[in-house]
Amino acid sequence: MMNRKATEMVVFTMFRGCAILVVLALVVLLGYIATGGLERLSVEFLTEMPRRANTEGGILPAIVGTFYLMLIVLSISVPIGVMSAIYLVEYEQSSWMGRVFKLAVYNLAGVPSIVYGLLGLGIFVAFLGLGFSLISAGLTLSIMTLPLMISSAREAIAAVPSTVREASYALGATKWQTIWHHVLPYALPGIFTGIILSVSRAAGETAPLMLTGVAMSLQRLPDSFFDSFMALPYHVFYMATQSSDLLATRPIQYATALVLLLLVLGMNLFAIVLRKRYRDKYRW
Amino acid sequence: MVPRTTFNHEMEELSKEITEMANVSKTAFEKSVQMIADMDFSLREEVKALDKRVYQLNEQIDKHCLDIIALHSPVAGDLRLISACLKMVEDLNRFGRYATDIAELIDDFEEGKAFKRFESLRTMSCLVVGIVDDAVYSFLQRDAEKASHLHERDDAVDALYDTIFREILTYMMEDPRKITVGIDLILVARYMERVADHACNIGEYVYHMVTGERLDPKMRTGNVEQPPCRIFEHPDPRSDLDLK
Amino acid sequence: MTTAIRTDDLHVYFDKNHALKGVSMDIEMNQVTAVIGPSGCGKSTFIRCINRMNDLIPGCVVKGKVMVDGEDVNDDDVDVVDVRRRIGMVFQKPNPFPKSIYENVAYGPRLHGIAEMANGKLRQRKHTKKELDDIVEHSLKRAALWDEVKDRLDKSGTSLSGGQQQRLCIARTLAINPEIILFDEPCSALDPIATAKIEDLLVDLKKDYTVVIVTHSMQQAARISDKTAFFYLGDLIEMGDTKQIFEKPQKELTEQYITGRMG
Repeated sequence: MMNRKATEMVVFTMFRGCAILVVLALVVLLGYIATGGLERLSVEFLTEMPRRANTEGGILPAIVGTFYLMLIVLSISVPIGVMSAIYLVEYEQSSWMGRVFKLAVYNLAGVPSIVYGLLGLGIFVAFLGLGFSLISAGLTLSIMTLPLMISSAREAIAAVPSTVREASYALGATKWQTIWHHVLPYALPGIFTGIILSVSRAAGETAPLMLTGVAMSLQRLPDSFFDSFMALPYHVFYMATQSSDLLATRPIQYATALVLLLLVLGMNLFAIVLRKRYRDKYRW
Repeated sequence: MVPRTTFNHEMEELSKEITEMANVSKTAFEKSVQMIADMDFSLREEVKALDKRVYQLNEQIDKHCLDIIALHSPVAGDLRLISACLKMVEDLNRFGRYATDIAELIDDFEEGKAFKRFESLRTMSCLVVGIVDDAVYSFLQRDAEKASHLHERDDAVDALYDTIFREILTYMMEDPRKITVGIDLILVARYMERVADHACNIGEYVYHMVTGERLDPKMRTGNVEQPPCRIFEHPDPRSDLDLK
Repeated sequence: MTTAIRTDDLHVYFDKNHALKGVSMDIEMNQVTAVIGPSGCGKSTFIRCINRMNDLIPGCVVKGKVMVDGEDVNDDDVDVVDVRRRIGMVFQKPNPFPKSIYENVAYGPRLHGIAEMANGKLRQRKHTKKELDDIVEHSLKRAALWDEVKDRLDKSGTSLSGGQQQRLCIARTLAINPEIILFDEPCSALDPIATAKIEDLLVDLKKDYTVVIVTHSMQQAARISDKTAFFYLGDLIEMGDTKQIFEKPQKELTEQYITGRMG
């Protein structure tokens, strides 16, 4: 009797310990970055162009660049991802094509980001002649996050209970009507989760950016999708490795990292709020 | 394993009870008739005891049937069996009652030999015992064919009753000292005729229980050959009636 | 008595499994027909053939005819959406959409629109709000649910009790104005009082619709149906008037099943 209770205690303590560890890690990370970069964070930092080889001024172009990139990723990978997921779940459940597709998606998710970078360089920059631009980087990032988006969306759609579908079919709805009116709304919270994960990943990737044309320093904002751009993750890398005085620019590095973190967290929060509102509306 | 063990157990118990009641009431009636035949007054107590047992079983089976209906929702064959039981117990009860009545009338007989001279009465008693025998037998063997023919023999019994009635009337008018005995004998004949009717009822219940159809009594043809009279040749009634 | 549904040598295969073996039977109009039998005997498979819900199951092959109104629903040129509009289905576990009560009932009519004659041609148009309101009210009344929900039509369908949810599903089906309604063990997830209410409703519905109900409870079949069909291992063993089946079944197997001695 006592043995069982003792085991229970030990195991639970272990679990609680792990949870605390994880939270601690996040706190330490945030704290470290914040204490390092807060001093440099100011309105000017966020709204001005960089000057003097990135040692002064702000990082507005980087913020805007990352923002545009996430926009491109959202508008490409979300529709394609969701549609692929619908196709996977609703239309080709058990055929060989469906199985091959599923396998391809799961494998693509494991490809390292630098390989995607190379892909982007070869296809978008060179072959399609899009050059080193926002669109090349955006497309590359979209393809990179596509597998993750498809998997999450697929899970969410497959989790919709078949009773809902059956009820819809029994009333005389077509397959597409059932998907549009019932399956998608039901799966939307799960799809939102997928979006959060995908976009967060895209926002933080550096390797693909490096190979598709992120700039070290720009004095202006991109005026079209074919223009060159800056990005926050690359800026952190650049400042931490290539800048003139590594020690002096440390605050800039940390501040940039902080801005990136806050941007990503902010987007996540927005998506979470949206998801909650949707969940409440479609209480299931 | 067959499911519904409680229900099956209850149905088996009911079967045993109704079988016992059928046999006991049949025996009671046969013994009472034998009393008249042999003038054996010692059988009276036995008949009374059997009747008491019949009455007990009547109540027991009644309650048992209602319990099964309330608790187990019987359908099809089970339902028909219970329906038959509920109705049969009343008729079997009458067998016992009439047996006692006949047994009690024997006291009044001063001249026991009076009966022995009544050929018609003896014949009638044979017939009736035969019908009762076959009614119970058809139930125990679930024999719808046998049950459907009981009515035909009842016609003969009714005819005999009329004959006996006129005969005894004649005797009573000849000699007023014989009126008491005569009336008693008429009553005995009457009871036996009633017993035959009740036996025919049982035949109807058995027919419905087995086939699910109702027997139409108007379908009888009458004048069917009667089985031989056994009561005086074989003192012990047939005892090879087993549970199906 | 006219025939609403006639099946002719109906076979159903799930991959290698021969689930229904040559079922031929008639279902009368405006009657309640119960389908009984032990688990796995093919009852649900059978009624799902009628409104082609078996199409949704991969690997399912249906052979034979299912004639509704003289037309075989399995014909290639028959529109399955139309079949399902004319033949409604209510399932075992109540499954209202996670929308408001109003939306639940209005979904069906909205899907199909109204067919009306205009300039000598048949055309489809959307319902007006008033028409939809009327349909919702009428359906909920017919399903004996109106009084309980009339002042909270905008509440979610899933906020109702089990019995109410099931009646909502029935209202939803009634809203598309089918000719035939199939019930697949509608009361097995409900308490006795809710069950009794739905049984009364089913008997009432037969005035205007043909009702087919699959049920595990023989007492239920006995209580509410006019005709009963007994299935066993994919075969139709016996079908007849309910009274006859429960008082004097013709087949030994039927008697064994309904007296509970199959096993």
